[in-house]
Amino acid sequence: MKKVYDSADAALDGILKDGMLIAAGGFGLCGIPELLIDAIVKSGVKNLTVASNNCGVDGFGLGKLLDTKQISKMMSSYVGENAEFMRQYLSGELELEFNPQGTLAERMRAGGCGIPGFYTKTGVGTVIAEGKEVMQFDGEDYILERGIFADLSIVKAWKADDTGNLVFRKTARNFNPPAAMCGKICVAEVEEIVPRGELDPDMIHLPGIYVHRIVQGEHEKRIEQRTVRKREEA
Amino acid sequence: MAGWDRNQMAARAAEELEDGMYVNLGIGIPTLVANYVGDKDITLQSENGMLGMGPFPFEGEEDPDLINAGKQTITELNRTAYFDSALSFGMIRGGKIAAAILGAMEVAENGDLANWMIPKKLVKGMGGAMDLVAGVKRVIVVMDHTNKAGESKLLKSCTLPLTGTGVVDRIITNLGVLDVVEGGLRIVETADGVTEDDIRAATEATIVN
Repeated sequence: MKKVYDSADAALDGILKDGMLIAAGGFGLCGIPELLIDAIVKSGVKNLTVASNNCGVDGFGLGKLLDTKQISKMMSSYVGENAEFMRQYLSGELELEFNPQGTLAERMRAGGCGIPGFYTKTGVGTVIAEGKEVMQFDGEDYILERGIFADLSIVKAWKADDTGNLVFRKTARNFNPPAAMCGKICVAEVEEIVPRGELDPDMIHLPGIYVHRIVQGEHEKRIEQRTVRKREEA
Repeated sequence: MAGWDRNQMAARAAEELEDGMYVNLGIGIPTLVANYVGDKDITLQSENGMLGMGPFPFEGEEDPDLINAGKQTITELNRTAYFDSALSFGMIRGGKIAAAILGAMEVAENGDLANWMIPKKLVKGMGGAMDLVAGVKRVIVVMDHTNKAGESKLLKSCTLPLTGTGVVDRIITNLGVLDVVEGGLRIVETADGVTEDDIRAATEATIVN
């Protein structure tokens, strides 16, 4: 079982196909798989559907795959930070399926747990409920949402061991575990691959059974909204 | 007619919070509520995956791996817990969050809320707003009573696409506090220098006694 690859290109070799569904981790620019996104840009694969909470910003993160027009459909909850996204969406080049944030996360988690559908109160009576089955439980309405089963998951973690056990850092965990879980193949990029036994088994955030390939690399980790307080206020 | 400013609205909203509550604060005036909780033991949730949200970092101490739901850099506290977004919305959907304090574009007298989309303007998405209003125990809206054109934002029915139906419990505006009750809105409190008649005059929604 060899899971460790030398580069993001090598880690994606033989996996990428036109028209595939990719689930990507990250929230805003926090905890995004930036190296794997760059490798997908390089591969030239196109007509992708990408399930990701956001779509990066102009020229960074998933925004790079928009610039090269490799994405044909996004499944997201919030896409407000990207002018090229809006241009392609308004011109009809890009399809967009809005998902409430928690519904998107649960659809990924469900897919990774073999659950094809679940009922939720989120979105009842809104545009999100249009065309979806409504079921009453204990007198309240719920809508049916489908689990996501992705062809490929791309995620970013802090540390891994060579068996693919993953540890995330702070709020960079976000969508990464559910995104990782829902893919037929999951490729994870990490800041550090440590020897077996170095990660505390009680502190693994995502067990390696969900992770098929790992690559270590340097991350830019761009900050979207740098917000600070003055020292005098302390 | 005087009324409350942004900070007074936030301070009034903070009075809704009780010791021990887990709370989610939206963007805008709701964010200011954190400044007015005083000695109360309140745990703030950030729906990207954190309980126990701390203040903004000092310059030079920003951590790209530590942001809030508005994507701003923040800090952790000694009580902080991190988790993934599926579990984060699990606790929201599961009714574990005691209250959400949110901004709004429109609220209807039956508690319908619209705060995510204006047709024909750029659509950015609902983020976690639909999950929050459907899941948390109590939804408190903090907003101006009227829009820039001076029209009531408290309506008989919403004109904008909904975030949730029948979800709002209480509305805090610059003019006072109103509850969503059977048959319409009930005035709970008036802001400084504001009368109930002032509120009635500025409100399209049905006011019940």
